Amino acid sequence: MGYEHKEERSHAEKYVMVIDIDKCTGCGACVVACAQENNIPVRTDETDKYLSLNWLVIYRVTNGEPFPKTKVVYVPRPCMHCDDPICVHVCPANATDKDAKGIVSQIYPRCFGCRYCMAACPYHARVFNWYDPTYPKGTERGFNPDVSTRMRGVVEKCSFCNHRYQRARDKAIAEGRVVLEDGEYIPACAEACPTNAIYFGNVKDPESKVSQILKKEKPYVFRLLEHYGSKPSVYYISRQPWVRERLDWMLEQEHKQYNKKS
Amino acid sequence: MDAALIPPGVQRCDFKKFAIWIGFVLLLLLWGLYGTALCLIKGLNQTHMNNYYGFALWIFLDLGVIALGAGAFFTGFLRYIIGIDKLKNIINIAVIIGWCCYGGALLILAIDVGQVLRAWHVFWYPNVHSMLTEVSFCISCYFMVLCVEYFPLILENPQLDKNRFLRILSHNFHEYMFIFAALGTFLSFFHQGSLGGTFGVLFTRPFAYRTGFFIWPWTFFLFILSAIASGPALTLLVTWFMQKVTRRKLVTYDVLELMGKIAGTLLCVYIVFKLLDTWYWATHVLPSKGMTLMDCYKGWFGSYGLWLLVAELGIFGVVPAIILVTPKLRKKEFWLILGALFDCIGVSINRFVMVLQSSAVPTYPFDKWPSYMPSWQEWATFGMVVAIALLVISLSYRYLPLFPQEKELNAN
Repeated sequence: MGYEHKEERSHAEKYVMVIDIDKCTGCGACVVACAQENNIPVRTDETDKYLSLNWLVIYRVTNGEPFPKTKVVYVPRPCMHCDDPICVHVCPANATDKDAKGIVSQIYPRCFGCRYCMAACPYHARVFNWYDPTYPKGTERGFNPDVSTRMRGVVEKCSFCNHRYQRARDKAIAEGRVVLEDGEYIPACAEACPTNAIYFGNVKDPESKVSQILKKEKPYVFRLLEHYGSKPSVYYISRQPWVRERLDWMLEQEHKQYNKKS
Repeated sequence: MDAALIPPGVQRCDFKKFAIWIGFVLLLLLWGLYGTALCLIKGLNQTHMNNYYGFALWIFLDLGVIALGAGAFFTGFLRYIIGIDKLKNIINIAVIIGWCCYGGALLILAIDVGQVLRAWHVFWYPNVHSMLTEVSFCISCYFMVLCVEYFPLILENPQLDKNRFLRILSHNFHEYMFIFAALGTFLSFFHQGSLGGTFGVLFTRPFAYRTGFFIWPWTFFLFILSAIASGPALTLLVTWFMQKVTRRKLVTYDVLELMGKIAGTLLCVYIVFKLLDTWYWATHVLPSKGMTLMDCYKGWFGSYGLWLLVAELGIFGVVPAIILVTPKLRKKEFWLILGALFDCIGVSINRFVMVLQSSAVPTYPFDKWPSYMPSWQEWATFGMVVAIALLVISLSYRYLPLFPQEKELNAN
């Protein structure tokens, strides 16, 4: 059972992320790179993870078997930039939007912090600024000038490093090009991954790496919470049947199919 | 001391007693104001909400009081539009309860948003596809209507009534009240419905998601039905409680019985549809998402256990519906009050699960059930709303002629 991407927008670009779970070691480099790239604040006490501001988190998932049959995978989870984004539908103030290239944005100065989008998002990709943003002393010097910091009381989320797209596009236009070349725009997490587990690119370009991977690995490709119906733009690959079964709710017939494979 | 302000022909407790009671209420209000101030100044980190529980105690209370406050618009609708004359004896208190519930909900909503000073964004940049936009417009407009409905009552205070202009103004307001009743009914119908829709549209939250009719999920209609089934029940309960506290007859028993009959009839209709809805959700909606009923409940007992569903639909759903539609039981005060109380509890459980359980049910099969216990600041803020309601009801009862039958019923 694979996944075929269906084109839903007429724009020449549609960016997607493909994460190879079998390659991910759970090192956390993507999380750190994301935090640094996007000026994500850090509090002194981060023990309560439900209050932490992370645009990208890594879930540790096991097959539920006792030692020595235990198997573990690490699942990086950015915002899914859904094609049918419930957060965009429900935001009462139009503070979040999906653009033509497939990125779900967040307008921080417009958000008034009602958190309806958080109650709606099943991926928990949206986080709330419960506190005023604070940064360890000295780290302000490393701020990314392309990303605005957020204030207390608003919701924030992964933007697929949209500022990097803008930078790449400025460069392309200066060079007389309209469409970006493959690899010219990738988010910080994909760039930082030491095992190349995260692929990113324009799925409308059949020659792009993501298109090739999705084609090549078709039987092993899936999306999280597929049956919820929000059509995420983040694809996962795993060649281990138990992974798919542990990561998503499956319909009865799918259970049977996967049990056969296992 | 305040005899000149008390409506003629009715008896009220002495001012000292009243002042002591108001003193207690003010203490609760002060505690609430302190909690509120902390939330506004230091931020929502004063609460125990988190990234999994974006909606928590306050939204549950909002939904709860709005449902229970529906007695205002529905009694108004039955009195002024349908023409059930007997309800004139209880309409005033229904309006005041509604005003307290809707005003309290608005107040809590204002504290609940992260950026209070930007709350106007919902009106300035409205997303017409969002149920919360509809909720915001309806609650604001309906609260204004409630203020208009409350205003002529205030003008009936004996001192204000002495002023010729105010007396004529009050009279004219009463004359045209059917317009506001109709407007209030329209607004509140949509408000209750869109609150249901707020959760029902969430196709990504299988616990809350419902299919529906045209753009409205079934929760849209179920929320309206449950509100009009429980609103009259709360009005009945409050009136009965006021009679016990003041030790005076305020309305005749047949008026309370009528409110019970209205609530019971509507509760029967609601429960039938709710049972059908639950069956369809469990057998069609959840399986289409790859889930089962037990994936949405944390076992049978404990927090988020299946007992909540049994309690909501059975003990606090079917049971009060039977009690309130059975004339023999309704005639007995104990059963009438028990039925009304169970009715209100059942609808409150419904709002509780829609808000909190929707957030708590793990969306990923590998995720845990998060836990949540409100902070004292959250309780205090709720306490403030209760205090305001007690204050408004106490002052209104003392200084306004709320119950037209009171004089006659306490003639001796």
